[in-house]
Amino acid sequence: MPATTLSKTAAHDPRVFDLDQQSLRELNQALHNLAPGSNETAWEVLNPKGSHSVAVGVDQPVAIDVRGSVGYYCGGMNSGSTITVHGSAGPGVGENMMSGSITVKGDASQYAGATGKGGLLVIEGNASSRCGISMKGIDIVVHGNIGHMSAFMAQSGNLVVLGDAGDALGDSIYEARLFVRGKVDSLGADCIAKEMRAEHLDLLQGLLDRAGVTGVKSSEFKRYGSARTLYNFNIDNADAY
Amino acid sequence: MCGIVGLFLKDKSLEPQLGAMLSQMLISLSDRGPDSAGIAIYGAPSKNEAKITIQSAKPERDFRGLEAELAKAIGTPVTIAVKSTHAVVRTTPAKIDEARETIQALRPDIRIMGAGDVVEIYKEVGLPEAVVDRFDVRKMTGTHGIGHTRMATESAVTTMGAHPFSTGADQCLVHNGSLSNHNNVRRELIREGMKFETENDTEVAAAYLSSQMAHGKNLGEALEGTLSDLDGFFTFVVGTKNGFGVVRDPIACKPAVMAETDQYVAFGSEYRALTKLPGIDNARVWEPEPATVYFWEH
Repeated sequence: MPATTLSKTAAHDPRVFDLDQQSLRELNQALHNLAPGSNETAWEVLNPKGSHSVAVGVDQPVAIDVRGSVGYYCGGMNSGSTITVHGSAGPGVGENMMSGSITVKGDASQYAGATGKGGLLVIEGNASSRCGISMKGIDIVVHGNIGHMSAFMAQSGNLVVLGDAGDALGDSIYEARLFVRGKVDSLGADCIAKEMRAEHLDLLQGLLDRAGVTGVKSSEFKRYGSARTLYNFNIDNADAY
Repeated sequence: MCGIVGLFLKDKSLEPQLGAMLSQMLISLSDRGPDSAGIAIYGAPSKNEAKITIQSAKPERDFRGLEAELAKAIGTPVTIAVKSTHAVVRTTPAKIDEARETIQALRPDIRIMGAGDVVEIYKEVGLPEAVVDRFDVRKMTGTHGIGHTRMATESAVTTMGAHPFSTGADQCLVHNGSLSNHNNVRRELIREGMKFETENDTEVAAAYLSSQMAHGKNLGEALEGTLSDLDGFFTFVVGTKNGFGVVRDPIACKPAVMAETDQYVAFGSEYRALTKLPGIDNARVWEPEPATVYFWEH
């Protein structure tokens, strides 16, 4: 259920933090003080105005609606909460997310979802360079385009792009799966186009459904992943080091 | 890190607020660089007048009597308006080069911040708010301006190491990043006759652009050249007499966000710098693409 709906149907009115009146530290401390089973399941953050580290390190399954654009690292290390940014996000949104979900209604800057271990990150606009860099199990769905060097050294998880991808997609990739609907400017070292089998179509359809994407078929995407030629040292390449 | 800002006004009714708007933008990025700060403001052109912004560590000693001595030496009326450690020297455009040389002969400790028909440059060690207050920047009126708050990485924390750097008439540049081939480029530019005040990498970028424009390139073409000729990390914001430009290196790891409305084009290292601009909620806000030149001219 989208967070916006959730906050309206919650048992209690949302707890509102206005960052024009209250400090970011007060907000994050209040979120960290949440005990398991707390009734304060709906939170609203007003006037973020590009603040850094909004709602980082939340570890309870609450819904947080951020009304405006945020700066660096929004929702970093998220564990179980549902964060919706009703604006755009600066660099590192959802960095090292463990579980839960983050939805950005606008665009996201560099390295969205970097090193994420789990959960779902949805960017409804475009993401910038290095989206999903070193991802370790997170699922990322971008409605628009992604920039260059995305999924660099991506280890596991899924990156779904409804638009286009920039240069050097998936450079030095391990076992993450990349699904791109539009064009790819270029593939990075050891990243190749792969066959889309039935299991991938099913997996992708599930991701599109979870991200609330409608009117787009999983068959419209191409799959990319590791050629696995960099996994072991090749003695013929010794001169390169 | 470093924080950089730029504001290019399209709506003349905002011109009296340029100094206040740019100051607020820069102060909002104070925690990106506490070492030094600087601002360049492009004011209204005044007929038959050009200006030089000068700086001295001992302003009381160096600026005293300079107006009369300079006027006598170059045989033309001169006015000098002192603002703290800086002063703006005004005289006729035909005499501006002679005035510059004469100032340095009369007062060897004075440093030239920049010169041109419209630009004034103020920069000092300290936080943006202190620098803005010291030079009363909020009251300044103008058409466009750029600013910088510095976290020094490449050279010393001094007034001369602060940005903006100006190496040509009404040209100046602020930089977030670091260049790796600046020593080579500096040597080439010195061979061409360019003069350098510091060991700073950013001064080389400014001088590179001045050199390109001196060879007949426009601002956009000169910025395009940085992508092949300068190596390193950079987001540059550049001002010329009537222009404003932005370029990021192909890796583009230094942050940048821009906003445009019918009233202005604005640049900030972060969105925080733009949040108090008029109409920002309905502005077109975007991240400038890597290796892509953006420029506007009046």
